[in-house]
Amino acid sequence: MLDFDAGKYAPYVWGAFAVTALVLGGLVVSSLSFARRWRKRAEELGRK
Amino acid sequence: MIPAPAFLTNPERFMAFSRWAAPLLGAIAVVLAAVGLYLAFSAPEDYQQGDTVRIMFIHIGAAWMCMFIYVCLGVASFLGVVFRHALADAAAAAAAPLGAGFTFLTLATGSLWGRPMWGAWWVWDARLTSVLVLFLFYLAYIALRASLDDEAKASRAAGILAMVGLVNLPIVHFSVEWWNSLHQGASVFRGEGPAMPPEYWIPVILVALGYMAGFGSLWLVRIRGEVWKRRAEVAALRAARA
Repeated sequence: MLDFDAGKYAPYVWGAFAVTALVLGGLVVSSLSFARRWRKRAEELGRK
Repeated sequence: MIPAPAFLTNPERFMAFSRWAAPLLGAIAVVLAAVGLYLAFSAPEDYQQGDTVRIMFIHIGAAWMCMFIYVCLGVASFLGVVFRHALADAAAAAAAPLGAGFTFLTLATGSLWGRPMWGAWWVWDARLTSVLVLFLFYLAYIALRASLDDEAKASRAAGILAMVGLVNLPIVHFSVEWWNSLHQGASVFRGEGPAMPPEYWIPVILVALGYMAGFGSLWLVRIRGEVWKRRAEVAALRAARA
């Protein structure tokens, strides 16, 4: 049985999960965009 | 020269290996984190911490990761500085932002747990302070690499800084034993077994393994980006000379 009711501690518990989601999401997006940007650049320059 | 698997020393083989390994590790991370979080929200409230115990499921793994990633950064820096290994240098550059992210996560989730449990967002405790120093080492590494135009000098200077920072890791780990600390000691990996019931330590381990697989995936993605960056720089130089 899942228990999502954090009672009086909800701001801390959900705050921690929100920060985690934001940071991990940020790391995923920044890593993929970094790799994509340089791959594109390398391919562009490689064609010249 | 230290022997290493061919896929870690040859950029071509590394690119072929990481092409399938990165998405595979990413998928493993999602599955482990999903199962870990399901168990985390199925676990009963702690009799002392109440619902704030759920913060521990995401905090403990992040704390392990910020130290583990620094070991990766230190070893890669050593190989990059001493053996001038280009892929090791790329691995060091790729690890630092991920380590900084996990260290920030450790500090932020710890603070959100500390406020209701300790009555303070922050205390200048040995463990908290040494983790803050670890975070500053990550930031200094990133800033130093970005501040020098000469790529070789930047990677060498940042690599030396990363190796110096390895000294901080035993301080982080043993701070709770060496000093009177508000922070609790090891509660999962102990000689006498975990200090918590399986309902708690199993999700802690699963989320931590999910973090580990996620780091592995993103590390490979970032190293691939670093390899392409170097290829682009070489191609730009060739184009400028032509």
